Formats: sequence, structure tokens, C-alpha cells
Amino acid sequence: MSAAVEEVATEGQAVEAVPKRAMTLGIGTSLTVLALLVIVPLFAKNFIIFQLTMLLIYGLAVLALNILTGGSGQFSLGQSAFYAIGAYTSAILMEQYNVNYALTLPIAGVLCFGAGFLFGQPALRLSGVYLALATFALATAMPQLLKLGYFEKWTGGVQGLVVTKPDAPFGLPISQDMWLYYFTLVITIAIYIFSVNLLRSRSGRAFMAIRDNEIAASAMGVDVALYKTLAFGVSAGITGVAGGLGAIAVQFVAPDSYTIVFAIALFLGMVVGGVGWLPGSIVGSAFIIFVPNIAESVSKGLSGAVYGVLLFLVIFLVPHGARQVAIVIQHLVGRFKR
Amino acid sequence: MELFTNQILAGISTGAIYACMALAVVMIYQAIDHLNFAQGEMAMFSTFISWQLMQWGIPYWWAFLITIAVSFVGGIAIERALFRPLAKAPILTQVAGFIALFSIINSSAGLIWDFTIKQYPTPFGSSPFLGSQLISTHQAGMIGVTVLLLIALYVFFQYTRVGLAMRAAASVPESARLVGINTSWMIALGWGMAAAIGAIAGILIAPVVFLEPNMMGGVLLYGFAAAVLGGLTSPFGAVVGGFLVGIFENLAGTYIPGVGNELKLPIALALIVTVLVVKPAGLFGRPIMKRV
Repeated sequence: MSAAVEEVATEGQAVEAVPKRAMTLGIGTSLTVLALLVIVPLFAKNFIIFQLTMLLIYGLAVLALNILTGGSGQFSLGQSAFYAIGAYTSAILMEQYNVNYALTLPIAGVLCFGAGFLFGQPALRLSGVYLALATFALATAMPQLLKLGYFEKWTGGVQGLVVTKPDAPFGLPISQDMWLYYFTLVITIAIYIFSVNLLRSRSGRAFMAIRDNEIAASAMGVDVALYKTLAFGVSAGITGVAGGLGAIAVQFVAPDSYTIVFAIALFLGMVVGGVGWLPGSIVGSAFIIFVPNIAESVSKGLSGAVYGVLLFLVIFLVPHGARQVAIVIQHLVGRFKR
Repeated sequence: MELFTNQILAGISTGAIYACMALAVVMIYQAIDHLNFAQGEMAMFSTFISWQLMQWGIPYWWAFLITIAVSFVGGIAIERALFRPLAKAPILTQVAGFIALFSIINSSAGLIWDFTIKQYPTPFGSSPFLGSQLISTHQAGMIGVTVLLLIALYVFFQYTRVGLAMRAAASVPESARLVGINTSWMIALGWGMAAAIGAIAGILIAPVVFLEPNMMGGVLLYGFAAAVLGGLTSPFGAVVGGFLVGIFENLAGTYIPGVGNELKLPIALALIVTVLVVKPAGLFGRPIMKRV
């Protein structure tokens, strides 16, 4: 309607500029969290251990989105699609081709990296809401593609596939759930360390330069197209590994587990955890796993409304997510030491 | 050939629904610069209010007017109470707020009016329009109302002081503030108008998709897609986008083998993404220039 007005918009910054040192935890805190993650399951029931496993897995998926959005400033509502690809890759390899479960994960990761990298190509021309729509299209298309009769021989169509849970190896005297938890924990830690180092590396700096100012980044010689697609690829790859682990933990894959609702949940997890703060991913993951249950227990009929109200409370109190809480605590501890 | 024209006609009639919704989406995008994910739920809630009014014996057009007024006030109230405090929060946090609002409205409507599907009356009747089986008088009426709404909006934005102030507040907030425009209230006004337009869209759509708390799920997706396709800065583009999406969707369902109902949405979306890759600001959108 205002076509006559030639508008020159200074580019609004969609994602905050988080300096890379603020993206991680100190060594002391990291070790405490790690110790907790190692010890707690020893005293928990199997169902709790299963939930903790899912906590780590969703944490990985949120972390992947965090690298994409918090790191390179691109927005995605399509993470559920990559998660689905990872889950199906693992499930199909395990059930149809009898591949060892541990081996399916790197395959899922590489496959999703490729898928993400390819998807990143057309996405290069889009940003902001347009990119959101494109990724959204991917997320809505994925369950329908998995249901297609043509792939049914591998994917099991609407019914999905049942995945057998692996036993603990070397005759270790622990339950399947506990073995899977520690297996997931090791992978999660490895990916976390990889991600932290990635963001500290040359590539990570390139991501952040693109996030903060694309034009300035390209003027400094950053290959914007390459690093944007690379960010998509890495993010998709990690999501794929998470998806593979998720399939093994839940022992079941079906197209309708990976709808847009899941992608939105991951997005909420990232916001609650703090965009661009990697350790926050686990907090966000806890939010998306436990808060719906809490809402359900408050009121069955109004669980959606309770969930919404809780979400509003969180973003009103801490608009920057768990990162804000961490900063406040850090200040308090600093004052205490002095 | 007859099949082809029939499919196009059917596309236009579903497109009218999307066009309505897309118009509401663009309205709020103009005012606040984001896509409001809760837009569809707001429209659904308004439609339920009008239904309730009619259940109480209020005639259709009165219910229509009261609902629009209530929605307008409701939209402003939501902005003041929930999103005004978030104005300084990061954009992604605000998007999370929209999702929270979506969840609250959907769940409350389900509790108040339950999830059973309800019939919704139409003032235009539902006999075939001009002898065509594919487009009913209601759908023709819907297209008519959409076009009227578009003209009214055009006049409002182009020829009134408030319209000019709203445009100024949306495109250059700082300068608008300097010349004395209350930009914060312009945003609230945008929410109110978007809610009112959403209410009209909901009331027009309800006879076709029936009334229930989840009625807007699919429609909103197409509405977003239409708005983005037409260019988020152009209400005219949104309406054209709506009709195009409707036509795409019908033609894809008919002519691409093995598509059926399930794959219509992904194909329509894929096509839109293709268009966007060629024309990143949408068909009628103003390309955004970046200052170096």
C-alpha cells in the first residue's frame, strides 16, 4: 500500500549477539553438572531413567537448533524433519538390515548433515519469516512423505516400525534403560564438547559474524553462503543423531511422532534455555518434557491453558531464558567470593 | 478442459477463505512486524462468541457487529496486557509468547464450548451460484466481503490520518515518534484491527469448515503461506496470494498423480517456497533494502 515510499530498513537484529565466551559454562560448573548426570540415575527407577535419557536426547536436538539460530542467526521450524530422518535411518538400518545400533548413529548423522546442507542451499535466499515458512513447509511435508505407499516397504507406512532395545554389552549387570542412559550421556557429552569447540573455532567465529552483521562478515571475506549452509548441515546432523537415539530409546518410530508440533516444542526449548547459550539446551529440554506433564496434573481439561500460562510466566520473568538466571547467579557468587 | 476450469473455480472458492485469513495476518504484520501464530485461534474464539450470541437469540447481523466490536477491544486488551510488557524482549521470545497465547485460547475454547463440531449459519444461503455446482452463494458472498474489506482497508490506510500514522509507526518507528505519533498505541490499534478482521474471516469461514476449537489449524497455515506468497507488506498481495494458494492446492490435488488430500499442503508449500526462492519478498512485496 505504501509502494511509493522507498524504504531503507536498517537490518533489525533478529538474534541477540551473544559473545562466544558467554555461550558456555565454567569448568567447575560443568564438572558439577556432569557429576550429577552420572550419579543421579544410579538411584532412580527405570521410568525416571528413561525420562532422563529423553532429556538428554531432546537436549541434543535443542542444542542443534541453538547452533543454527544462536550461532549463525538462521531460524528453523523444520528440525522435526531432520529428527525424523535420523530416527528412521536408525530404525530401518537396525530392523531391516540388522546393523548394530551404535553404528546406525553416525550414519544417521552423516545422512542428516547431507540433507541439511542441501536444504540450506535454497534457504540461502531466504531469511526471517520467509525462512521460517520454508522450514515449516519441510516439517509439515515430512510425516506425509514417510506415510507414502512407495516407501512403505522400508518405513512401515502409517504403522511405523518397532525397534528392539539393545542390551548392555560385555555382560554388564545393569538394566537396558540404564545402559542406554549412559550410552546417550557419552554421546551427548561428546557432541557438546564438539559444539563448544566448533563455536570457538574459525567456523564458529564466521557463524557469529554472519549472525551479527551479514554484510560486514562478507566484507571481511567470510564465505556467507558456505557458512550458512554449513550451519544448517551441522545442526541437521546433530538433530539426526538425536533422532536416532530417540528411536532406540522410545523403541518405536511412526510418522505422526515427528510433526510440526515437535519442531515448535524444540523452538520453545531453545527460547526457554536461552538463545545462543548452549548449556541452556538441557534446561529447555527439561521444560518441554516436564512442563506439559505438570500442566496436565494441574488440570486435565485446561492443560493447554496452564501450559500457556506457565510459558508466559517464564518469558515474563526471564525473557532471555535460563541464560539470564545463570548470569544473575554468577554475579551473586562473584559478590559472595569478594 | 471443463475439469480444469471447474478446479480453478473450486480453487477460487477455497482461496477466498485463505485470502480472508491472509489479510488478517498481513494487518498484524504491518503493525507489529511479526507473524502472529495465535491469529487463527483469536479468530476462532471470536467466531465462538458470535455463535454464542446467536444461541442467545440475537439476530445474525447484530451478532456480527457485536463480535467485531468485542474482538477489536479484545485484541487491544491482549496487546496491552501480554505483549506490551514483552516489547523489549528478544523477537524469538515474543514468538514463544504467541505460541503460549495459541495454547491458552485453544484450550479455553475447548473447555467453554467443548470439541464437538457445530453448524454455523450463513446469511448468503448455500444454493449454487450462477448455476455452478462448485461455487455456492455463500462462497460468492465471502469473496464479495473480502473484496469490500480490502477496499475499506485501502481507503483507511491511504486517506485517513490514523491510517497514515499507523503506516509511519510500522515502517519508521523512531521518526514517527519524533513527529508526535503515539507508536505504542498504533501497535495496539493494529492488534485490535487484526482481531476484528480475524473475526470477520472466522465468521465467513465457519459455515464451510464448521465450528470447533481446531477449525483454524489448517486455514491459518494456508493463510500464512498466502500472506508470505503475496508479500507480507501488501494487503492486496495477501488476497491475491490467498486465491493463488487455493488454486495451486486444487490443481495439485487433481493433476499430480498419487497426491490426494494428504500431500496437498506440502505440495502447495513447496511451490510457494519455490516462488520465494525466485522472488524473496513475495509476489507483491516491497524488497527490503539493507543499509550498508
